[in-house]
Amino acid sequence: MEAAAGGGCGSGPPLLLSEGEQQCYSELFARCAGAAGGGPVSGPPEAGRAVPGAVTAAAGTVADLFRASQLPAETLHQITELCGAKRVGYFGPTQFYIALKLIAAAQSGLPVRIENIKCELPLPRFMMSKTDAEIRFGNPAELHGPKAQIPYSVTEKNTFKRMDDEDKQQETQSPTMSPLASPPSSPPHYQRVPLSHGYSKLRSSTEQMHPAPYEARQPLVQPEGPSSGAPGAKPPRHQASLIRSFSVEREPHDNSSNYPEEPWRITEEQREYYINQFRSLQPDPSSFISGSVAKNFFTKSKLSIPELSYIWELSDADCDGALTLPEFCAAFHLIVARKNGYPLPEGLPPTLQPEYLQAAFPKPKRECTLFDSYSESMPANQQPRDLSRMELSIKDMADFPVPAQDVTSDDKQEQNKARLALKSTVDEALPKDMSEDPATSKDSNSLKARPRSRSYSSTSIEEAMKRGEDPPTPPPRPQKTHSRASSLDLNKVFQPSVPATKSGLLPPPPALPPRPCPSQSEQASEAEIHPQLNRAPSQAADSSPTKKDTPYSQPPSKPIRRKFRPENSATENQEPSSTVGGPASTATGKPHTAVQKQSSKQKKAIQTAIRKNKEANAVLARLNSELQQQLKEVHQERIALENQLEQLRPVTVL
Amino acid sequence: MVHTSLDVVDEKISAMGKALVDQRELYLGLLYPTEDHKVYGYVTNSKVKFVMVVDSSNTALRDNEIRSMFRKLHSSYTDVMCNPFYNPGDRIQSRAFDSMVTSMMVQVC
Repeated sequence: MEAAAGGGCGSGPPLLLSEGEQQCYSELFARCAGAAGGGPVSGPPEAGRAVPGAVTAAAGTVADLFRASQLPAETLHQITELCGAKRVGYFGPTQFYIALKLIAAAQSGLPVRIENIKCELPLPRFMMSKTDAEIRFGNPAELHGPKAQIPYSVTEKNTFKRMDDEDKQQETQSPTMSPLASPPSSPPHYQRVPLSHGYSKLRSSTEQMHPAPYEARQPLVQPEGPSSGAPGAKPPRHQASLIRSFSVEREPHDNSSNYPEEPWRITEEQREYYINQFRSLQPDPSSFISGSVAKNFFTKSKLSIPELSYIWELSDADCDGALTLPEFCAAFHLIVARKNGYPLPEGLPPTLQPEYLQAAFPKPKRECTLFDSYSESMPANQQPRDLSRMELSIKDMADFPVPAQDVTSDDKQEQNKARLALKSTVDEALPKDMSEDPATSKDSNSLKARPRSRSYSSTSIEEAMKRGEDPPTPPPRPQKTHSRASSLDLNKVFQPSVPATKSGLLPPPPALPPRPCPSQSEQASEAEIHPQLNRAPSQAADSSPTKKDTPYSQPPSKPIRRKFRPENSATENQEPSSTVGGPASTATGKPHTAVQKQSSKQKKAIQTAIRKNKEANAVLARLNSELQQQLKEVHQERIALENQLEQLRPVTVL
Repeated sequence: MVHTSLDVVDEKISAMGKALVDQRELYLGLLYPTEDHKVYGYVTNSKVKFVMVVDSSNTALRDNEIRSMFRKLHSSYTDVMCNPFYNPGDRIQSRAFDSMVTSMMVQVC
């Protein structure tokens, strides 16, 4: 046995491999060895467990493979022993081949003996079961299509095919399906369901490229049956890192999540990643990325221009020259898929359609907007829970691109910096953002020769923005001194604002009430009037001396608030104070006068706040109109330039 | 043939100061005696010219049909233009565009 096993490079007398077997085995071995980081094929260096120096197959992957052969455990154990792995302690090529041969024998019903390897045996079969704990192999109902179009891979060495679970059992189909390069003498072709996925992370680029184009040619696009979401679970970490460094072509980084029968389905991690990228290009997740920006970005992916053009065509569903978040994600996904060897689909797959993505988006979108709003609303830590939520989401995002930790940490830093910096620049950023967004949406509108339905989406965005603006205000309010005013409207206003903060740009949240308030509120707290006037937000107001720090940010929020209920706030403020005054009068002298003073101070404070808000309002409105004007001018310039271009070009349009 | 028609288009453009969006030309007379195609021209606001050559053996297409065809062409063209990766002047490779054109032609024949 030992001698037999010591047949060296597998071509010795004891081990007779037919051509097909040799091919299959070497590929298998390459896969397993790839796991070890030293595969015979030029495997990518990302393998986690590298066995330095030796060309060996990692025990773990080999074990998985063997298990996939669906042989009883003890048989596998026997095989392992026989092939000599235990002798050398690892799976060298020889051992591996022997093991494979033995597996084939076992599957054919022959006893596991070393003599069997001398026989002409069919290829071993490895089935991936859905329930396989190894997610890597969890790739069941692959493309149904492939079934019929296997012949593609005739020329390719790769033997991976995706078979349905049912097919695994149907040997009759195997002959037709075994495009294996190996001589069709072996009926039980290789049914290795994308085992490749198991090794996806470690697979060498060549292997990747081969199977993908051929198999993918098959109706990849077809919305594969449900098949397990396991594929989706495969953390596209590598993918994230791949995409992250667009300048570096790291094809080996298979975004495993793409492979599972649904290559066009975007997983959560991928989505998060795309959203991050989107936001790096365009801070507002509900707005668009213009064509030129997107072009620059996607060009970094080093795909050819026609391909990029094609991808754009597919993903820009409304043909407006700009990409919304779902469109962007679809485009990104297509690019990633293409880079990993998937041919581009004929049409936009259903899972990449904007509506589909949009529906699937709400949560991430919300998170994004949360992000934005919080980063902007840094000043008032009135909603500690929100912050914590945000941090959680930051962490979530940070978790995913594990390899690309630098990036995420960059993001984090950016966020932090943004948060800090935003305190003082909130309002400036806000109005700009707000005016820019409608501007950009209008821009894309006017860019087209004919108006498109984009107006629909832009209005919705604007509505969302407005909606976002109105509610949030309350928190800052608390102001009016009263620590915890329980004025009804104010409370109500405040509450919707809290959830509303989720929507896009939010005015600096709860900028706190005018400066004097804190001091007054403190005094008020002493006087026992709070209960009536207290407002939820006011807690924050009280505790946050940041009010003083961000007096500037207050006006912007205030104006918005004002819009919402200009008189109400004023009147309410008056009322509570008056009501405070009322009961106060009945109180003893000291508190009485204190309250009165308070209320008068409050009134003054309110009035000054009102004035400030109005001024801020005017400023913002002016800014807005100026920007619009600039936009129009730019448009005209562009049209003029286009005309010039046309004139200069030789007339060969058609 | 197309080039001659383009020349005529240029001629007409420079002649008229306004209304670039015109659709004109029945070139029956200009062409070789053997050929009897009608050539229609269409110019957009950005001076992009569309030239359509129709075989006259077809029952003559009504002017309205021609106009609608040009409109569709124009709209598809702007869609193609929206693609930032498309360089004006390149051969148009958009499938949507091609399919639209094909359907139009089929419809006519």
